[in-house]
Amino acid sequence: MLNREFIAKLQEIVGKEHVETDKADLICYSYDATQRKFLPDVVVHPGTPQEISRIMQLVNEHKIPVFPRGAGSGFTGGSLPTKGGIVLVMTRLDRILEIDEENLVATVEPGVVTEQFQQAVEKVGLFYPPDPASLKFSTLGGNVAECAGGPRCVKYGVTKDYILGLEVVTPTGDIIKTGGPTMKGVVGYDLTKLMCGSEGTLAVITKIIIKLLPLPEAKKTMLVLFDSIDGAAQAVSAIIRGKIIPTTLEFMDGRTIDCVRQATDLQVPDDAQAVLIIEVDGDREFLAKQVGKISEIIKPLGVVETRVAETPEESEALWQIRRSVSASLRKVNPDKFNEDICVPRSKVPEMIRKIEVIADRYDVPIVNFGHAGDGNIHVNVMIDSKIPGEQEKADKAIKEVFREALALGGTMSGEHGVGIMKAPFIPMELTKTAIDYMKTIKKALDPNNILNPGKIFPSDG
Amino acid sequence: MVIRIMAKLKSLEDFRDEIDQCVKCGCCRAHCPAFGAEKHEGRVARGKIALADALLNGDVEMEERFLLDMSQCLLCGSCYAQCPNKVHTEDIVAATRREIAKRKGLSTFGKGVGTVLKNQGLMNLLAKGGGAFSKLLFKKIPEQSGLRLRFPAPFISSDRTLPPLTAKPFRERHPEIIPGDVDKPTVLFFTGCGINYMYPDSGEALLKALKFIGVTVIIPKAQVCCGLPAVSAGAAGTVESLAEENLAVFKRHNYDYIVTACASCLSGLSHVYPGMGEQFDEYQDKIKDIFVFLVEQEFAEKLAELPKVEKPIRVTYHDPCHLRNHGITKEPREILKALPQVDYVEMEAAGTCCGLGGTYSVYHYDTSKKIGAKKAGFIQESGAELVATDCPGCIMQLQDSINHADGRQRAVHILDLVAEALPD
Repeated sequence: MLNREFIAKLQEIVGKEHVETDKADLICYSYDATQRKFLPDVVVHPGTPQEISRIMQLVNEHKIPVFPRGAGSGFTGGSLPTKGGIVLVMTRLDRILEIDEENLVATVEPGVVTEQFQQAVEKVGLFYPPDPASLKFSTLGGNVAECAGGPRCVKYGVTKDYILGLEVVTPTGDIIKTGGPTMKGVVGYDLTKLMCGSEGTLAVITKIIIKLLPLPEAKKTMLVLFDSIDGAAQAVSAIIRGKIIPTTLEFMDGRTIDCVRQATDLQVPDDAQAVLIIEVDGDREFLAKQVGKISEIIKPLGVVETRVAETPEESEALWQIRRSVSASLRKVNPDKFNEDICVPRSKVPEMIRKIEVIADRYDVPIVNFGHAGDGNIHVNVMIDSKIPGEQEKADKAIKEVFREALALGGTMSGEHGVGIMKAPFIPMELTKTAIDYMKTIKKALDPNNILNPGKIFPSDG
Repeated sequence: MVIRIMAKLKSLEDFRDEIDQCVKCGCCRAHCPAFGAEKHEGRVARGKIALADALLNGDVEMEERFLLDMSQCLLCGSCYAQCPNKVHTEDIVAATRREIAKRKGLSTFGKGVGTVLKNQGLMNLLAKGGGAFSKLLFKKIPEQSGLRLRFPAPFISSDRTLPPLTAKPFRERHPEIIPGDVDKPTVLFFTGCGINYMYPDSGEALLKALKFIGVTVIIPKAQVCCGLPAVSAGAAGTVESLAEENLAVFKRHNYDYIVTACASCLSGLSHVYPGMGEQFDEYQDKIKDIFVFLVEQEFAEKLAELPKVEKPIRVTYHDPCHLRNHGITKEPREILKALPQVDYVEMEAAGTCCGLGGTYSVYHYDTSKKIGAKKAGFIQESGAELVATDCPGCIMQLQDSINHADGRQRAVHILDLVAEALPD
């Protein structure tokens, strides 16, 4: 427990109503989408960068850890207050400060919800592509901190590709700017990129300068059913080799489709063993041509059925199958461990085959779906953790999946980050020397290790 | 003779499995109206489920913040509609409120609701006296009339627009059976309190519509409140005894369908009652929203045959949460669009909550107003003169929100427009 004097100082900085210590409030900020729970000592809702700066100075005096939080929708525990201390809720900073139509640049505060920002820029014909599945509720600050991805990344890249500059509060309480609103800029180290994906361990983000694109005129969605996962995987490579980069290339494997069949009344033919959802965007007249070309390319690869949406409503209906996956999986098995490995996209078929072998070896159902176009596979190990021994089997299978992904030149996380969930595994991917350099950077910025400690690295060094 | 059949609501303990289904993904943050207005995790489904879980595990006391968070829910089910795991947070919150009532006693307000709703005589008396005091209390009285009994006078803020109560409740105006054609179905009209005491004209409109197609209508005098306001207040005993009385009424008559013209009543009858025991199951296929019934009776086609009006009025539609949650979104629109005097326009976010939420608006009028203000904005932007819906509670809240935004639109029941279109 923190002493009364310390709480009083926090109240003095942000105002009494923005400091919470009641048990009910602490419980409400104790979790994220990992479903792990860690009770903080106090929840603080700051309203300005200056307040955050003063908080950081104060906690350095008292050596109290601080855990920044956006929507708390992360999958790896990046925002969890694993060591008690302060949860710093960033959602009061939720203004879109500027949308500059001349320079195609916007400036926002970190608490802005991603979809609300997208809608705001789309109203003036502009486009912010990164689209994590959580975009309706996750915040841009959280997206930057985790370097969020999404289905559209095949064509458009991930969050960091759109971040031109930041304003951050450092762990010691300095307010600094990194980068700026220009398209080019090479003065000094690129601290902006360093902050993107640093999982809230290096600084608290207080302003974000974002690059925008013109909004594509239209999009077209196709749903293609294949008689084998190989056919679907080859289709992905063939499309890309055919010099077409779709906006999204989502796939679902046979086990995923089985779950959807069991749990919903959506119509999927029995001989479909894999599904690809392919979306293309651009000028209207250009799209029909692209859809024709894609159909032509994939025709010899065991296509069972192709459905093409002509209207937004029809497109939505096609996406229903993909959107029903999460709930369907849960109906089949209560506990789901969702990993998000990423391999070079040509290696997707090989990776899927390896995962099937692992599933058999450890006798655990593993279902795969995700972003085939960029090699980012969501590997879901399904168990009932109440059954003794199941958790151990799942842990072993997951470790094996990481090993295979790395062997194929991939990574253990494409977009979810490390947090606490993958921290024990990172020595599999990074050498000790590389980890030590990262820790040196962390220590230089945060000498007292008070900003989001216990994340990313296997143990606090 | 009153037939007593026991009805029993589930306890919070019964929801343990449902609570475990929440994976804390945060999706509810995008859809909860209370969270939208207040932006605190305690306001949103995920937070409330964490708190209910903590209560079951003895990790939290029923202290001020806990009680506030649990009161900050409209039970609108917006979170359920979008939840990937389909967790019924509205039921979990209602069960938590019952648990609070059990351990700490019903709040003064909860008690007030219970006493009033259970007492027909008091209801009628209040209805008769309502017109007089409402003139003193309420700043602006719209053309549509009525006052909701879920709002006892001492709790009503003086800047709320409320219609006066009717001098003669709807059910007192008609015989129990209004015969129609022998080859047409017979329906039991479950009026609900809103139509009985506040908006009797909408009840008259329903009768006119059903007479037009020859349907026989039974209006049982012994029917009572569906109990939804009591669900909201956590008054378990009240809900159960109201359900038992209504069940006895359902058993006493012969009919093909039970129709409602109030989304909340529909939810009470077809969502809350089945949770209280198997004895309610046999009625589930019979309970229908009036517009679902009318569409099945090909009423839209009959409306389309009426001569078109030269200068139609622009009308938009608000989806009551308790219809949207039951998947009823097309039928009310179909009837509206078929009306000869209506130029239908869809507004943005038609399916978001109006902000009333049973007893919510009484405890949290400020938040309720914030939620309503958004809605009033969408109504204004649509360019409609009228916002039509299918729930007396929504009508009242929508009109209040419009008045606060200095709008000129009126909130009406779709049935009012139907009656206007039909020949006398």
